[in-house]
Amino acid sequence: MSRRRWNQELPQGTDLPVLMPSATRIARSATVERMSGFFMLRLQPAHGAALLLLFLIGCGVAQAQAEPGHPSILVTIWKWTPLLLGGFLFNLAISAVAMTFGTLAGMFLGFAQISLLPPIRKGAWFTTHFFRNAPWLVLLFYCMFLLPFQVTVFGITVPIPDWIKATLGLALPVMANVSEIVRGAVQSIPTAQWESAASLAFNRRQTMWMIIVPQCIKRMLPPWMNLYAILTMATVLTSIVGVAEMMTLTGRVLSAESRPGLLLAFYSYVLFWFFLYCYPIARWTVRLEAKYAVNH
Amino acid sequence: MPAENVQPIVSLRDVHQSFGAVEVLRGISMDVPKGAVVCIIGPSGSGKSTLLRCINGLVPIDRGSIRVGTFDVHTLHTDQQKIALRKEVSIVFQQYNLFPHKTALQNVMMAPVHVLKEDKDEVHARAVALLAKVGLSAKADAYPGELSGGQQQRVAIARSLAMRPEVMLFDEITAALDPETVKEVLNTIRELAQDGMTCMLVTHEMRFARELADDVYFTDGGLIVESGPPAQLFDQPQKERTRAFLSQIL
Repeated sequence: MSRRRWNQELPQGTDLPVLMPSATRIARSATVERMSGFFMLRLQPAHGAALLLLFLIGCGVAQAQAEPGHPSILVTIWKWTPLLLGGFLFNLAISAVAMTFGTLAGMFLGFAQISLLPPIRKGAWFTTHFFRNAPWLVLLFYCMFLLPFQVTVFGITVPIPDWIKATLGLALPVMANVSEIVRGAVQSIPTAQWESAASLAFNRRQTMWMIIVPQCIKRMLPPWMNLYAILTMATVLTSIVGVAEMMTLTGRVLSAESRPGLLLAFYSYVLFWFFLYCYPIARWTVRLEAKYAVNH
Repeated sequence: MPAENVQPIVSLRDVHQSFGAVEVLRGISMDVPKGAVVCIIGPSGSGKSTLLRCINGLVPIDRGSIRVGTFDVHTLHTDQQKIALRKEVSIVFQQYNLFPHKTALQNVMMAPVHVLKEDKDEVHARAVALLAKVGLSAKADAYPGELSGGQQQRVAIARSLAMRPEVMLFDEITAALDPETVKEVLNTIRELAQDGMTCMLVTHEMRFARELADDVYFTDGGLIVESGPPAQLFDQPQKERTRAFLSQIL
């Protein structure tokens, strides 16, 4: 991983006026994606329609394979929906908690990355890139199997449930990505702002908190929301380590029903719920990004 | 017009400065009397902007001495010392560098309130007066993004004035503006000069320099090639280099 400077503008790519709008748009989204380290979720209504279609096909398949006496597929899904939605809420809870802790830790780490003290800066840089480039699933397994299942503090034994460990496992890559978002945003503020603040005798701390950070928030919001949407989708990883979230529950439902024809319908149904949750976030992110891009 | 025997408010002696291997300033000496208007002209890359930044303590110098008022700029290190210096001398940049998340009025008020820790109401009154002085009373609540280049530059001037400096430095402040807005910014500076503010301008506006300056310095390659009152420097330049430069521009 080379230490690239994120505040360098990408070349615009064309001198032809006709191509400029798209070239500018592509360059802008590339900059945002480089900063957030992820592709931007650009969900469209058409994606939802495709999912719905997939779900309907799945229902058709299930219906066609149904033996006499089996209840209708929609009735079956309806029957299990409360259970599955309970699991989905668990996914959301994990994503919210992991995002909160990941963001808090990531802010510290991000500011440590621009510290004037080399040991702090280098340590933060190493931590960030270690957790940012490690596969999420590996981090998840680390947390699951290296953390104790209970801790004893002052004679009181506190159990650590699996889902807390899993949440921590997801919070680590979130932390590393937020750290990069913070660093990228701070360094994307033109140095002229620092110089201007210095000429008015603001010290480094005042400059950071009164002048640089307020300008960063706008720039950080779209990649941060994008990270959240990606984290939400990643919460299904916890099913591999046995957390009873939506994917795990779907698996259990399918084995309870023991009708192979239900597979496509049920997993499309799960997918559809994730779409319903992530779509507004993705749309909002794109809108914010466009709005802030105009202001700068 | 400044009296001849007044102690200079800005005094440079043999100032050297380099970025890496590039020597930007190679021994600059000048004296600026209180209330004087000094213009520094010269080709790009001759160290003019760096010179102003050195006077303000934004760029440290390698050798020589800079004295502004009672401060030896080259010896200042702590925040307190730099705050004290920047109360004395303020700089306006070519690219305005306003804080885009603050309104014009907030831009002007920020430094006095947070750096000088002055009373907020008092600063507010002063900021309103300063915006009126630069002709932007109507734009007090506008954000920099909503202002034209000339308006932003005048806000930047007001922002610097809010620190109540003894000396104002202007770094090619009209270079990014179109000819019409150049006029409104230069008028603001003209008024400042008439009020007795000590001004040092790096500029390419030769007509303005000739009209307003008490002294003009021509720099090239990090050295002062020639200096003198505008009438002398512009009409009877002594050095070949100065003549060559002026013939290109005038």
